[in-house]
Amino acid sequence: MAASNGDARVRVTDLEKHFPISKGLFRKSTDFVHAVDGVSFEIKAGESLGLVGESGCGKTTTGRMLVKLDDATDGTIFIRDAETDEMIDVTEVKTKVEQKEFRKNVQMIFQDPYESMNPRRTIFDIVAEPLVVQNIGTTEEREERVIDLLRLVGLTPPEPFLFRYPHELSGGQRQRIAIARALVMEPAFVVADEPTSMLDVSIRISIMRLMLELAEKLGVTYLYITHDLAVARYMCDRIAVMYLGKIVEMGPTEELLANPMHPYTRALLSAVPVPDPSYKRPDVEIEGGVARAVNPAPECRFLARCPFAVEQCRTATHPELYDRGSEHFVACHLVGSDGEWHGSERSVLELRS
Amino acid sequence: MVTQEKRPEAEVEPVEQIVEALWRVRLRLAWSGFKRNWKLFAENKIGLMGLGIIIFFVLLALAYPVMRTWGPWQDGTIYDPVIGYDAPVEDFEIVETEAEVLDPDTQMDAFTAQLWCFGAVAGDTCSIPLQPAPPGNGHILGTDPLGRDIASQLTFSTRAAFMLGLIAALVTVVVATTVGSIAAFYGGWIDSFFMRLADLVLLMPLIPILIVMSGLWEVTLPRLGVLIGILSGFGGTAIVLKSQALSVKVKPFIDAARVSGGSNMHLIFKHIVPNVLPLSFLYMMFTVTEAVSLEAVLSFFGLLNVNMSWGLMLQTAQTQGYLRTGLEFWWLLIPAGVAVTLLAAGFFFVGRAMDEVVNPRLRSR
Repeated sequence: MAASNGDARVRVTDLEKHFPISKGLFRKSTDFVHAVDGVSFEIKAGESLGLVGESGCGKTTTGRMLVKLDDATDGTIFIRDAETDEMIDVTEVKTKVEQKEFRKNVQMIFQDPYESMNPRRTIFDIVAEPLVVQNIGTTEEREERVIDLLRLVGLTPPEPFLFRYPHELSGGQRQRIAIARALVMEPAFVVADEPTSMLDVSIRISIMRLMLELAEKLGVTYLYITHDLAVARYMCDRIAVMYLGKIVEMGPTEELLANPMHPYTRALLSAVPVPDPSYKRPDVEIEGGVARAVNPAPECRFLARCPFAVEQCRTATHPELYDRGSEHFVACHLVGSDGEWHGSERSVLELRS
Repeated sequence: MVTQEKRPEAEVEPVEQIVEALWRVRLRLAWSGFKRNWKLFAENKIGLMGLGIIIFFVLLALAYPVMRTWGPWQDGTIYDPVIGYDAPVEDFEIVETEAEVLDPDTQMDAFTAQLWCFGAVAGDTCSIPLQPAPPGNGHILGTDPLGRDIASQLTFSTRAAFMLGLIAALVTVVVATTVGSIAAFYGGWIDSFFMRLADLVLLMPLIPILIVMSGLWEVTLPRLGVLIGILSGFGGTAIVLKSQALSVKVKPFIDAARVSGGSNMHLIFKHIVPNVLPLSFLYMMFTVTEAVSLEAVLSFFGLLNVNMSWGLMLQTAQTQGYLRTGLEFWWLLIPAGVAVTLLAAGFFFVGRAMDEVVNPRLRSR
């Protein structure tokens, strides 16, 4: 399901977001949390990119900047306008007209199906809200459009749902409503922020299948934010692994999962449960918990927890993310330019066994 | 098609026709929402009592115009609450000295009688108009020291009390909801400004402020309502509603609406305000209580420019020297005093019961 014409739907370059810590009234804050620190990636039209990482690594912040819920501290985000086929610079979207144009192109699906809907509005109001805000269509047209969408997301027959309140629906049904709301403007690009993580496992798969189906039907490009590699594997063409505000490894899903190069990715993979009682889990001696990215030192972000760290890792700055063959990007000093491992041999064998 | 998960237990209603007008659907939704809340409200005995009190006063307010078109009450010179005058005449037999007075209700010594019947001597009959007159003689609750019908005044003033309460409550709700939502939404110096203003308003003693106001400005009932509304709306109520709005502001549905392209005003008035409004209505009730009792206080001091109100009835009793007579002239004090207390309490009780509807934590079950 690779991109048809090869052009990028979304291009992010050196994206940064720094949150100041305790800003005083007269004192300028000197400490910043580097939530996102120089993230670059491209998503091709019709492709979906999975953004994977543990809590607090900046994946949600990245998604929020893409839909302009947060403003980037630095860097650029370009998103292709579906109609004019021009790249919109998200950081330059300021006037109301530009905002409207932008919102037509980019939507977001939120994690929490219980909190992401106003409890005082009916399903019709919730799904039709983008249309109302952007002043599209008459009330009858909106009603028809909402009914079409509800049918599309598998709430059939749609009519009884129209004038229900969110609290009358189950979690899965609500997430379908959230998907319908995100798609009502027919956006080309949707940021999905862990849309299935709050759902029951039994419902999760149907929601994921629905999202894939809609992506194919409507040509939607997803940025799929998740902490679950299995979900990312099911949903995404490519996966980017984030650690403390940086992308440490990025590549086509199967390539990345079959051949993980960065120690962090390998640790993540070794933590995925395997449905086999006789399976022996390989050990990765990752130390400590995730650090806070407050004014981080220039060396490799993973240094403090990396079991393979050598002298070079301590003295050099954070490694560059570059292609190690077959579109597999890795940021690690111990991985050679064609993907070979220069670290401790024993650990590699153990990890790959 | 995608596998479908089970519907919730609630019955799926028959398919609604698309042709059904949207406003009718909304009306029905509002009605069912009201019914649900009514059920919760009706569980509370105190709330029902308060509602009963309010309904009683509504009937009382309606009784005035009805009463005045009927029977003897049509006579404006007697039953007008402000300019009516009626004094039942009582005859006294005049005796020589005070010592000879056996029955003070029918007899009077000649010296005292000179006050009413100049030149009267023992053996004459002196007719004295009774002011205030006790209940009876066509005055259900008697007359006040100026010979005006108390029942008339009481019912006439009810309407004014409601008007005052309503104006104060509406102004409070509008001001406090807007200020609270805007302060919570924008944060920063806007928040600081309104919250410090609220602290300032809270610090100012309300009654002295209103006394000064009434000196500078001709305070009528509608103006008093607006004043109380503004003071209450910028004061404590704004702080409470701001904290509520703050908890709504961080909900993901605000982000979702922003992603949909909603402007700040859309977010505030379509998403934050509707979620704050139940609490606003609650504080509306408490403002009515406050306004009714404040009106009584200010009228009692004679600081309001009103023709007739419950507070003014008490003031009349006070200026004419009947305040400290105990219960001998009870009809001057009890009706107006009880009316103020009851109406204020009624709205307070309803407010308390609404509190439980709005705030599930307070429910007893």
